[in-house]
Amino acid sequence: MATQSQTSFNQQLKKYYSIYTGGFVAFVIVLAIAEQLGLPNRWIGYVFLFATIALYAIIGVVSRTADVAEYYVAGRRVPAFFNGMATGADWMSAASFIGMAGGLYLAGFDGLAFILGWTGGYVLVALFLAPYLRKFGQFTIPDFLGERYGGHTARMIGVFCAILASFTYVVAQIYGVGIITARFTGIPLEIGVFVGLAGILVCSFLGGMRAVTWTQVAQYIILIVAYLLPVVWLSIKFTGFPIPQLAYGYALQGVTAREEVLINDPKEIEVRNIIKQRAAAADAALKNPEQSLAAQKAAAEKNLADLKAINDPAPQIKAAEAAVAAHASVETAKAQWEKDKALAPRGNPPQRHAEAFPGANEQAKNKARVNFLALVFCLMVGTAALPHILMRYYTTPSVREARKSVGWSLFFIFLLYFTAPALAVLVKYDVYNALVGTSFSNLPGWIERWRAVDPTLLSLTDFNADGVLQLAEIALGGDIIVLATPEIAGLPYVVSGLVAAGGLAAALSTADGLLLTIANALSHDVYYKLIDPRASTKRRLTVAKALLLVVAMLGAAVAAQKPANILFLVSAAFSFAAASFFPALVLGIFWKRATSLGAILGMIAGLGITFYYMATTQPWLRSVFGVTSPIADNTWFGINPISAGIFGIPLGFLVIIVVSLMTPAPSKRVQDLIQHVRYPHLRGDIDTRAT
Amino acid sequence: MELTERHQEYWRKNLRITTTLMVIWFVVTYVMSYFAPLLNKITFIGFPLGFYMAAQGALIIYVVEIFYYAHYMNKLDKEFGVAEEE
Repeated sequence: MATQSQTSFNQQLKKYYSIYTGGFVAFVIVLAIAEQLGLPNRWIGYVFLFATIALYAIIGVVSRTADVAEYYVAGRRVPAFFNGMATGADWMSAASFIGMAGGLYLAGFDGLAFILGWTGGYVLVALFLAPYLRKFGQFTIPDFLGERYGGHTARMIGVFCAILASFTYVVAQIYGVGIITARFTGIPLEIGVFVGLAGILVCSFLGGMRAVTWTQVAQYIILIVAYLLPVVWLSIKFTGFPIPQLAYGYALQGVTAREEVLINDPKEIEVRNIIKQRAAAADAALKNPEQSLAAQKAAAEKNLADLKAINDPAPQIKAAEAAVAAHASVETAKAQWEKDKALAPRGNPPQRHAEAFPGANEQAKNKARVNFLALVFCLMVGTAALPHILMRYYTTPSVREARKSVGWSLFFIFLLYFTAPALAVLVKYDVYNALVGTSFSNLPGWIERWRAVDPTLLSLTDFNADGVLQLAEIALGGDIIVLATPEIAGLPYVVSGLVAAGGLAAALSTADGLLLTIANALSHDVYYKLIDPRASTKRRLTVAKALLLVVAMLGAAVAAQKPANILFLVSAAFSFAAASFFPALVLGIFWKRATSLGAILGMIAGLGITFYYMATTQPWLRSVFGVTSPIADNTWFGINPISAGIFGIPLGFLVIIVVSLMTPAPSKRVQDLIQHVRYPHLRGDIDTRAT
Repeated sequence: MELTERHQEYWRKNLRITTTLMVIWFVVTYVMSYFAPLLNKITFIGFPLGFYMAAQGALIIYVVEIFYYAHYMNKLDKEFGVAEEE
């Protein structure tokens, strides 16, 4: 491509997206005015939802294409800066946008493993993969495995791993879209999932990677504005300084000082003791449900009889009758005891937010430290091995741009990731200082509203019946931190609508990238490369689009079942991708001696051991596979199942190296290929670009 | 094609910068995190240092590392005559 046209293309993009950003800001301002004039909240929710989806649909339709290179890699002319934004949106999911700050609020320092892991992985992408994959210049990640390790076996294992890692992930995104749609419009989740699906498909169906790229840029702009605006406002409100990332150090000091007070506060201790007793009593009752039920039922009946005998006022008799009814069956009693038993962790004093690796003794502290480091490692290597991210670096015009593009990607991700810990601390500061100690009759408005919306997001119980809210009486669900921030900051409802639109943009953009990865692996690697290598361009694109629809439908169908273990599966995807792809890709570029058999066995071994470890140590997978031996016997070095990749990654490297050394060196053709990807330009070199 | 001595030199330089940046990456990620309880005793612009590194410091260093690598390699390409034709 001539330099001139690339430069003018770049200028044009800058112009379009500046106009777009200005238009979006104007749109928000108009809605804010409409709100002041009396537009109801529900309508603001509708307008945000449908206006943004319509916008993505327009970009999707305008970017339709019948060209294979445009469909698979956006014509390879996405400038570094814009590819960075697209990667940012591709990467940041509903979990990053809505869940991350809440996770940090609840977990404190330990939660930072996700911040470190999901950013530091880009250093690996930049140094080991992006420039070389760009030089290789085909369409998918299995493409590289297929060319480098010859034959279809390596390619097919690649396809399998890409689908395994991406499918669980895409189900979580579609589910996220459904939740956001449901919450802000009142549509039931099962239908919201399919509304979201329509939103996802309009972006990718007609234009493949080209359409997804340009909608992802648009989605990034919305999501970052939606994330930063309320946090900046909150920071001004609490610290008087508009840069939350700098200001929250002082809020953190405030939180730390309050923690010491709350840990030793007599009222707090009283509440924690009540909770502990209740949990312990429930635990005891559960061990012998029939007898405990009979005893409790007898006590309740006696109480009712006593009340009736002294002719007590009606409401108290009613309550006593209800108490008797509550003991009607073992099932209802058991359910209540299970609930009470689950209260147990809330009987512990609050965790210190900034304390690294808390634990009762040295052993517990060491276990926390080892697991933190292992999780960071798995998330980093997993980041550098997820095919939907690596694929994005095929779309830049040159190796040079690919290198810069990784920098821009991380920069745009960094903007959100270094804000999330600030948001967590600022909200905690407000909860610890302003909320704790207020009376139940005088709670702030946002508390009342969110309590009514969903008890899993926020529930308050006056355990010691003193009419005053203690910290131990508050149960928060992580997602509320981001969702309620506009209200805590005292911003109008239009900002809440903006936050919902941002969450939706994050979920849609990630879902698009993932769907495309799965559909492309099937249409390009399985159909074109394996089944019908002589298929015409038109046929290839038809197959690609049909598969996209099928995969999307499957994803939505699974999401509509509300799978309970979706969060674990998403984290597991990182360990799977890390253990299967990373060693084979990196050694394929950096070690000429790596052979086909070595890579095949290495990928299988890495994935196998990761899977084995999870299946024997993770409660849900254990029940699926009927593993009965005690978890402790299957645990190695105290590592949690989420970090199983810590065993798979080194084993993957080891097996590739050992088996490669035992098999004959790769052919001259493969050696040439490696040389080719290592140098951005060689005179008289081979050409691997796909058409 | 056969690689010249210049080409080998280019690759060695690439490996050297890659190794250097990986060492920095390792230190800010793993060494710093390992000693986070100790670092937390130091206060840096209002933050306990161990917390600050994991929440911000390391991230800033990652961004700088990647841009530095891009800059270094793009210059190296030209120096060794392996830059893409424009």
